Amino acid sequence: MNQLPLFQIPSWTVTDLTRYLRELLEGDAILQDVWVQGEISNFSRPSSGHLYFTLKDSGASLRCVMWRNAVLRLTFTPRDGDAVEVHGNISIYEAGGQYQLYADIIRPIGEGALYQEFLRLKARLEAEGLFDPARKRPIPRWPRRVGIVTSPTGAALRDILNTLRRRFPIVDVILAPTPVQGDDAPPGIVSALRALNAVASPDVILLARGGGSIEDLWAFNDERVARAIAASAAPVISGVGHETDFTIADFAADLRAPTPTAAAELATPNQEDLRTAIADLTQRMERTMRAILAVRNGELSHLQNSLQLRSPRARLRTDRQRLDEFIRRAGIALKHSLQLRQTRLVGIEQHLVSLNPLAVLGRGFSVVSQPDGQLVRSTAQVQAGDPLNVRVSDGQFGVQVTEKEN
Amino acid sequence: MTTPVTELTYEQAFSELENIVSALESDKHSLDEAMTLYERGQELAHYCANLLDHAELKVQQLSGDELVDFNPTDEQS
Repeated sequence: MNQLPLFQIPSWTVTDLTRYLRELLEGDAILQDVWVQGEISNFSRPSSGHLYFTLKDSGASLRCVMWRNAVLRLTFTPRDGDAVEVHGNISIYEAGGQYQLYADIIRPIGEGALYQEFLRLKARLEAEGLFDPARKRPIPRWPRRVGIVTSPTGAALRDILNTLRRRFPIVDVILAPTPVQGDDAPPGIVSALRALNAVASPDVILLARGGGSIEDLWAFNDERVARAIAASAAPVISGVGHETDFTIADFAADLRAPTPTAAAELATPNQEDLRTAIADLTQRMERTMRAILAVRNGELSHLQNSLQLRSPRARLRTDRQRLDEFIRRAGIALKHSLQLRQTRLVGIEQHLVSLNPLAVLGRGFSVVSQPDGQLVRSTAQVQAGDPLNVRVSDGQFGVQVTEKEN
Repeated sequence: MTTPVTELTYEQAFSELENIVSALESDKHSLDEAMTLYERGQELAHYCANLLDHAELKVQQLSGDELVDFNPTDEQS
């Protein structure tokens, strides 16, 4: 016999039940404003622009969706495996029978916490004066020895060496290898800095690491590293991460470079500039030398000219000229005048001998000479009592000086 | 008394070259002295240029308290 229930148990439609559940969830204030942390998986971004992914941990998983307008506001791209925190509200996708987190914010997990710690440490060390601009030492213009603190296997070292090779190959390079990530990194960096200063005494040190996330670069935010940089005998140039990464090490360093390559550039001159400098100096030297020689030359010429005007030979020529004038005025043709001018003479008596004095002598002029043949032209040449020779037109005779009168 | 040019470091040679050029330009020297300075200056300039032409980057590595040659094959690409 069929036993019919006394009261009909109401039978829900799927739609009605689902709607009931949805309203239940949407009525819960907590579920409408939740932060959930987990790992991203099944990440998908179809052409609609919406994001679909699953947040999971070891115990459960939660389907998530983020609408396009919220996606546009994202500052980073989530990927499978990322540990994230997601904000949104819980509801039900009725058609799929799926409860979901409707996300409006996604951020990498821990970034907030790490960044806060970075800011705290920076403020503390800054208050101590560790980042004071007055503490920063100048970088030497031409280092003889460059120290590098970095990983021996990273791209940072390769980039730095290539840059040094290109710009300033005459420099010596000493590498102090160290881990640059993980717990071993801060003590490794500290000991590398100490050893480099103690053993190699470089003129400048490059502290470098390639790009990475805030976690990857975290060793360079370590207080021990900052203090080791400040204590370094050699000035330190930091080249950590990418252009936009700033670590505590960057603030503690004597100079911050945006990248490892830039650090190598800041530490050294470019050999092209050096060659230009050498060429400049050489030019100046040659120009100056030419000027000096020109001045000396000019001086020599000047001296030479003055000497010529004052030389005995010059005076002889002048006297000779006077004599020629005299003879010409006397109206006598001189057969030997040309020969006279061309001959190099030292004594007046020699050129007088080549003249024909007869006509001159015939007019009453006489030539007075000393016994040795020297012509007498001045009272200074004779004393009272001196024997002299007088030549007249038809001969000569001896005389003796009686008295003289100037 | 003067160090042979070839025993100078780049920095020393360049610095001396700068001083020589200044000295020549100050014109306080006799012609003899100027010629000597000029010759030394030329030698220094050639030496510096030569150093740059033939330099090869010398890289060493700290190993404990010692300096050893750096072996580039330790690098991974």
